[in-house]
Amino acid sequence: MFGYEFYVDPSRCIGCQSCVNACEECETHRGHSMINFDFIDRPESTATAAYVCWHCEEPTCAMVCPADAIKKGEDGIVQSSLKPRCVGCSNCVLACPFGIPKIFPELEQMLKCDMCYDRTSAGKRPMCATVCPSQALAYVRPEEVARRREKPNNVFHFGKQRVVTKVQMMVPESTPVISIDVIDYIWEEAHAVLPQPQ
Amino acid sequence: MAEPPASLETLTEQFGPHPAYTPPGGWQDESRHPAERLVKTHCCFCGQQCGIQLKVRENRVIGFEPWEEFPFNRGMLCPKGVKRYLQGNHPDRLLDPLLRTPQGFRAATWDEALDYTIHRLQEIQAKYGKDSVAVYGGASLISEKSYLVGKFARVALGTRHVDYNGRLCMVSAGVAYKLAFGVDRSPLPWSDIPKAQVVLVAGANVAECAPITTDYLWRCRDAGGKLIVVDPRMTPITRNADIYLPVRPGTDLALYLGMLHVIVRDGLVKREFVDTHTSGFEQVEGSARAWDPRTAAEKTGVPPEAIERAARLFARADRAIALHARGVEHQSKGVENCLALINLCLATGNIGREGAGCAMITGQGNGQGGREHGQKCDQLPGQRQINDPEARAHVAKVWGITPEEIPQAGYSAVEIMEAIHRGEIKALLSACFNPIVSLPDGNFTREALSKLEFFGVIDFFLSETAHFADVVYAGSLQEEEEGICCTAEGRVVHIQKAVDPPGNARPDTWIYCELAKRLGKSKYFPYASSREIYDELREASRGGHADYYGITYEKIDRQMGVFWPCPSLEHPGTPRLFEGGRSFHPDGKCRFLVTEWRESGDLIAEDYPVYLTTGRVVSQYLSGTQTRRIGALVDQYPEPRVEIHPRLAQQHGIADGDWVTVTTRRSEITLRAMVVRTIRPDTVFIPYHWPGKRSANQLTHRTLDPRSKIPEFKVSACRLRKAEKAPDWAGKNRAPSPGKKGAA
Repeated sequence: MFGYEFYVDPSRCIGCQSCVNACEECETHRGHSMINFDFIDRPESTATAAYVCWHCEEPTCAMVCPADAIKKGEDGIVQSSLKPRCVGCSNCVLACPFGIPKIFPELEQMLKCDMCYDRTSAGKRPMCATVCPSQALAYVRPEEVARRREKPNNVFHFGKQRVVTKVQMMVPESTPVISIDVIDYIWEEAHAVLPQPQ
Repeated sequence: MAEPPASLETLTEQFGPHPAYTPPGGWQDESRHPAERLVKTHCCFCGQQCGIQLKVRENRVIGFEPWEEFPFNRGMLCPKGVKRYLQGNHPDRLLDPLLRTPQGFRAATWDEALDYTIHRLQEIQAKYGKDSVAVYGGASLISEKSYLVGKFARVALGTRHVDYNGRLCMVSAGVAYKLAFGVDRSPLPWSDIPKAQVVLVAGANVAECAPITTDYLWRCRDAGGKLIVVDPRMTPITRNADIYLPVRPGTDLALYLGMLHVIVRDGLVKREFVDTHTSGFEQVEGSARAWDPRTAAEKTGVPPEAIERAARLFARADRAIALHARGVEHQSKGVENCLALINLCLATGNIGREGAGCAMITGQGNGQGGREHGQKCDQLPGQRQINDPEARAHVAKVWGITPEEIPQAGYSAVEIMEAIHRGEIKALLSACFNPIVSLPDGNFTREALSKLEFFGVIDFFLSETAHFADVVYAGSLQEEEEGICCTAEGRVVHIQKAVDPPGNARPDTWIYCELAKRLGKSKYFPYASSREIYDELREASRGGHADYYGITYEKIDRQMGVFWPCPSLEHPGTPRLFEGGRSFHPDGKCRFLVTEWRESGDLIAEDYPVYLTTGRVVSQYLSGTQTRRIGALVDQYPEPRVEIHPRLAQQHGIADGDWVTVTTRRSEITLRAMVVRTIRPDTVFIPYHWPGKRSANQLTHRTLDPRSKIPEFKVSACRLRKAEKAPDWAGKNRAPSPGKKGAA
């Protein structure tokens, strides 16, 4: 759908798993849910997070695929593996910094979120973002999301790998770059690792 | 008649619940055989009645598609809504009426089932009097059905004892709103919520019990609104609360009195509004004087500073909303709790304006509509009081009988069960109600049901309560009859018929009409369609508070729902009540009412030192008759667990996942512990959706609010101990899934 973007906001997530359940109702992969859902640390908090594929500009999954089975379309959507090519090796599963691709042994294939290509190409919003009761997953125009408290961000740092994604993460306004690794906050890499005895 | 004719295990094996995982024909069938049509209707699994489109092929519901144009939920659905379609074509579905035999239930013809029923009911009424038969209805029934429940009881059976499971829902709020405003409806449309500057969520687990309302709260926050959450548990929405008040179970009233105290003390009362639009403030003001924040803090366990901050935040806003649900309503002072919240809104001038007011979040599918048209023990259609001579005259005229023929008010739901237990009521005809799971003090309910001389149950699945039945009438799902529901907002919505009932199952309305016919009352039940019932309902409600006269099926479709009252065909409906501060009372004033503190009905003591509170999880609906049959929903939260704070758990040597025995003055239950920091350390929580040994309502007590007759589900006294071993049911409690994806 032209002019619409996908936004993920874990601060809105209520853990209902509507997305997980709705994804498996999508016609192209009925019975298989592509949503990544986590209770972050239930003993400590009700915090939960649901994710779709982030659709990287330079998808790690595609880069590590030995069979060249993972393609990114001109629309920026990273597709599931091509069935004739996928060898089920799980390279993509291991390499994806977000933990998105899943191997379905019964299909001998990697499937992942393709942002409901079948729906968006027919003028419908992706299933998960349509049903999400808290709009933690949202497929809306940027001007609509601009009214929210949290602000969109699509640059992630994993160690020194910088990943730019199509899907936007909603973060507090003061968070310009998302990084989960201390290394990213250290001045230069030389200061991060001291020489170790052989 | 007696205990069920077979063991729970045998009946479960035969009738379920079996979890269904896939649509008819399997996951891939739709790609080979696409849907023939999409039916725009509503989800049946809570009072929000989200719009949804059901995919239909060959008289079967095979899937769903979001309905993005419906303004309330704009396509959003919770997991229950997503999977609701799986209740059709279910292997457990009752396809024939059933008759009890000594060996179990056998399929019967409708003539057999109905004639036997009439024979027994007439015999019992001849022997013990008209009122020896009681009728139960349910708040998940569409309004046409619930209208018939009331009319059938009063006109066909002539009994005064008719009530419904909405008695376990929001009746405390209903009574409070009638007292304060003269009418029982949420005064505001949900579109007001994002416009408020402050929203106080009181005893409402919005994220799990009214999930779509979350989006309204988040949009309020996006616009700068502040959120105050009152709950003994940190429910999912609490993570984003600006102020969290972890109230001790059963002490909400003290908190709101404390807040009112601060508002009065700090001169934050909107005097002009109070003087112009209300009555009774002086007495309420006086009653709050004793409740300084420290006194309130001692009762509630909430810091006095937090009470002060919450009171000031609420009172200083130009537009504030108080949303409440079962947490405050399920108490023996449920009416007082609601009145105290109304008092806060009135004192701060928050009523009858955009973005301001108070509202109950009604829980059941037709929780609002189901309580408006005559299945409540003390009401006639249109929310009329049954003891009001004018109301009786109006309804009698519509029904074609004399006012004297309408019985007077009967017992409420729990009182009916108590009357059965003491032998005063001998027969029961029930629909859409699973009291063995949902009424408090489950062992008492079991004893009562075993004493019935005749028990007939209308149901689409064999509920655990129906195990006790003599006759089970295979009825209809929501999507199998056309009709209307009224949502938590007060919006009347159109339920489209998607499919016919399968096999020999019949529409519920047909069952009531057939029973009436065989009782010789067919002339009062001449309906050929839902529309004819609805048109009579419109007339019966005309001129009442809940006036539906101007609401037609077509108008609902055109306007995407119509808010009542709607007294004429030209009238657009009334999204917001009390505009300009005018209530439905004859003098137009909103009434402050004094709320007296009193203790809960099941007191904490040395041998019962922990509070027990009960509630719901997002993947299950009420007693689970439907949702315990949907595989994905079962897997999401398969068994009840006891939520315990680590500090309390440690005192008893309990670790996460251990079996724990929770004992109250009535019974005990052994469940797995869920050790979480998100609950008060003096409180444990158990969700109530399960039957038998897993039923939380074995533990709860029958203390009722004296006015609303709601049971005090939210406050019991209990003690804990680590269980020596797993309970007998562990590991074999669920029926095996018939050839479906393995259960978690």
